[in-house]
Amino acid sequence: MSENLLQVSGAPHVHNGESTKRIMWSVVIALLPAFMVSVFYFGLPVILITAVSVASCILFEYLIQKFILKTKPTIDDGSAVITGLLLAFNVPSNLNLLLVVLGAFVAIGIAKMAFGGLGNNLFNPALVARVFLLISFPVQMTTWPKATPIWNFGFADIVTGPTPLGILKEGVKNGDAVSQLMGSEAMPDYLQMLVGQMGGSFGEISAVAILIGAIFLLFRKVITWHIPVAFLLSAFVFSGIFWLVDPTHYATPWFHLLTGGMMLGACFMATDMVTSPMSARGMLVFGCGCGILTIIIRLFGAYPEGVSFSILIMNAFVPLINKGFKPQPYSKI
Amino acid sequence: MKTFKIGGVHPEAQKLSNEISVETFPLPKQATIFVTQSLGAPAVPVVAKGDKVKVGQLLAKAEAFICANVHSPFSGTVNKIEPVADFTGYKKPAIIIDVEGDEWDESIDTSEEIVSEIKLSRKEIIDRMKACGIVGLGGACFPTHVKYMLPEGKSADYILVNAAECEPYITTDYRMMLEQTEQCLVGIEALLIASGAPKALIGIENNKPEAIRHLQEATKTHPKIEVVPLKTKYPQGAEKQLIQALTGRTVPNGRLPIDAGCIVNNIATTHAVYEAVQKNKPLIETYTTVTGKHLANRKNYKIRLGTPLKEVLDAVGIPENTGKIISGGPMMGKAMANTNTFFVKGMSSILFLDASESKRIPESNCLRCGKCIQACPMGLEPYLFRMLAVHNRLDDLEAHGIMNCIECGCCQSGCPAHIPLLDTVKTGKSKTGAMIKSRQVKKS
Amino acid sequence: MAGNTIILAVVILGVIGLVAAILLFFISKAFKVEENPLIDDVAAQLPGANCGGCGFAGCRGLAEAIVKAGNLEGLRCPAGGNSTMENIAKIMGLEAVAAEPMVAVVRCNGSCENAPAKVNYDSMPSCFFANSLYAGESACPYGCLGCGDCVGSCQFNALHIDPVTKLPVVDVNACVGCGACVKNCPRHIIELRFKGTEGRVYVTCMNKEKGPVAKKNCSAACIGCGKCAKNCPAEAITVQDSLAYIDFRKCTLCQTCVSGCPTGAIKFSNL
Repeated sequence: MSENLLQVSGAPHVHNGESTKRIMWSVVIALLPAFMVSVFYFGLPVILITAVSVASCILFEYLIQKFILKTKPTIDDGSAVITGLLLAFNVPSNLNLLLVVLGAFVAIGIAKMAFGGLGNNLFNPALVARVFLLISFPVQMTTWPKATPIWNFGFADIVTGPTPLGILKEGVKNGDAVSQLMGSEAMPDYLQMLVGQMGGSFGEISAVAILIGAIFLLFRKVITWHIPVAFLLSAFVFSGIFWLVDPTHYATPWFHLLTGGMMLGACFMATDMVTSPMSARGMLVFGCGCGILTIIIRLFGAYPEGVSFSILIMNAFVPLINKGFKPQPYSKI
Repeated sequence: MKTFKIGGVHPEAQKLSNEISVETFPLPKQATIFVTQSLGAPAVPVVAKGDKVKVGQLLAKAEAFICANVHSPFSGTVNKIEPVADFTGYKKPAIIIDVEGDEWDESIDTSEEIVSEIKLSRKEIIDRMKACGIVGLGGACFPTHVKYMLPEGKSADYILVNAAECEPYITTDYRMMLEQTEQCLVGIEALLIASGAPKALIGIENNKPEAIRHLQEATKTHPKIEVVPLKTKYPQGAEKQLIQALTGRTVPNGRLPIDAGCIVNNIATTHAVYEAVQKNKPLIETYTTVTGKHLANRKNYKIRLGTPLKEVLDAVGIPENTGKIISGGPMMGKAMANTNTFFVKGMSSILFLDASESKRIPESNCLRCGKCIQACPMGLEPYLFRMLAVHNRLDDLEAHGIMNCIECGCCQSGCPAHIPLLDTVKTGKSKTGAMIKSRQVKKS
Repeated sequence: MAGNTIILAVVILGVIGLVAAILLFFISKAFKVEENPLIDDVAAQLPGANCGGCGFAGCRGLAEAIVKAGNLEGLRCPAGGNSTMENIAKIMGLEAVAAEPMVAVVRCNGSCENAPAKVNYDSMPSCFFANSLYAGESACPYGCLGCGDCVGSCQFNALHIDPVTKLPVVDVNACVGCGACVKNCPRHIIELRFKGTEGRVYVTCMNKEKGPVAKKNCSAACIGCGKCAKNCPAEAITVQDSLAYIDFRKCTLCQTCVSGCPTGAIKFSNL
């Protein structure tokens, strides 16, 4: 068509400039603080794993779109970068790189592209990959390097240690009281938990860094407050009930909020647009479901950590939630 | 500060022609007056080829219930009565007049003096509005007198005046409020008599502090009229949203504002009502903003109906690199397919968009981000409508309330995937509407 | 211990399966819908494309209607054609009435060359929506909009939009004459005609405007000059509202009109 013809189109004729790209790259920026804290505590391996994960996610997406689906590759929209980052954030920093590549394949190839690509996947790709790796390679996936500030870092000996949730699970199983465990040497204090000096998947350790990212996303209107608040609040209340009833067997609710993948899950994984409900009411239900399921798994399940599973389970309910929880109508009659 | 409860967006206001006073556009040599100047049925021409007409003389009479009279905006000779294409390219019946001068019908008071005292009774005012062909100038062009013929057992508690002017770019209402303040207020008084309502509320968005201040000052002598500043949000000027913002009431689905005890009129309509009731002047002019970011010569014009658009375009000069010319605002206006058109009632803006603003960005996959749901002021699910409309599932569309859509465009204007949501929703809505209609016909 | 666990698991699963099977059996009994088995037999004969060409929502709808009516009057599967109707007639014990097979023709020749674009359409690719917006890129309010609603409605892959002319093209061999495209074209430019063996002659224009107006937008428009009607030996052509129409029941395919049309608005197609 010639350039100087008038355009005819339906209204509206203006757009607010929001785009998939802008949303995705905002999320990438929001993940940077957590990334920097991880580099601080776990050193170079963090950069290496992240690079491999992101690169292989992009590569798999490109190859699948180009050669299997035969569509125009859309790697520049940044969604594969996010999947890569989140996958990396959900593994220990000493993981074999081949496993990272395998995880990237599961995330992009199976969890995303097999469902029809961006926007059509039922489950969060990074979480599917993480759970796949966790079940298939439980030893490698639960050997956590100790968080050591970068100036104490020695290449020669990587010391491994358990995560706070692991200590808790193991200790309670052996009949120790929670207060005893909290005082144990391996357990970090609350301040350390807040800034992230503890064992765990390397992106999930620092609550502060993740919250900074989440506030950025809220400010950019990429996410809304509903899911994170519902997730954290329901987990807090639910675990708080157990703690009030029996504080010797159950940890404090703030311990649960600060440890494991709770913050990362609530702010970045559960809020994934594609796999979360559409309406505000639906989001609240989804967030509460995630929070309660996480605590149930943490307290009564075989795994010390429950965020991944709870989000994946709730992902499966999203179509149902979308059906059952409609947005508030202008008029009820 | 008051506003409607759910949804809404904040498009850039772009009120570029705010400070430009209204100018009267010169008379053309030949004019084409469409006989369909309102919602509903076309009016029936009452003049014939060769007839001499005066300004304000009836050209076409409203025969149907929802229809408005059309008057001659010029004095001259009827040249032809034949279908003429408007900016869509479709032909509509029209009366073509060779303009010979500006001789007004004797019954019209053409003085500048403001007449404040209303002498007509309730019924006379409604009849006058009907006779003068007053239509809603907010965009829909619904015949105003029909709104005031209240159904049995219904009464109005409020007259709501829409001075929100929530569409970006358009500034005629703003100029009207500043330049024709008293006329508008007397018009509102007339509407209060016509409806029997005890109170009138004028809703103005708070991005027009000058207008709010000005009207608050002027309403001191009109105790029944109150100015209500509203928090700026699009689509505040939509009937249902304005009712909720001003009164807190909602209109039940599929019902009319009168079911919530309200009658809504645009501020420009109140001015037309003033002229009709106090001056016996029919609606023969439209106030039009000619604007655009890359248009240097922006104008607020008072233009006689039937004036060729070409003359206005020549006067301001079509800027280079124009990609789209829109009749109306950028959110709900219509893109013109050709410029061989003529001014009609309610044509409140001619907007130029440059080539880079005009071209749509190609759509990508739906992210299911829910931004369309957050933006929808009716609490609907545009993403769902799109999926159902693509598969032609009209029963499901009806069940999910597509007929409540007000076509404001909030959903599409904020879609990060650039999906033409409103296009699909409109398609689904008109197909669903046709299905409902045929079902009703079958029943009866 | 291990053996016991296995046996226990097998027993539990077995019991669950048995209970479920019994439940299913009774539920299917309780909710069974009595239906004439003929409907299934008739439906099995139909193509199963659910094209809607018969006027019913789907193939099963037609089958139910045929069985309910007990005759074939007004009930016909245009997609399946005569052979399908014969098979159905056999099942129903009726006599099938053979009908001339139909095929769709596109009555517009407003290609990009004949009717150049005056504006650029930049909205949802839907003829229905474009039709509600404006007269079309060529500014002809009667012509093809080229968004392909017809292509989308065709269940038999018999239509495609020609990339050069931007007009729909009918694949005569694939077209079964169901009429889905006829219903879905907002401009009503697609028409069903006798398929025949030699071809079809038809006017490729729907513009009812006067000659000069029609010609302004499209060089291949019918200007209603009436030359074809005068010269037609079979008197199959009528001109109304400046538009010629060829009655395919009378047309003898002599093609006198095709060569005589000054704008080339009459087409012979034997694809």
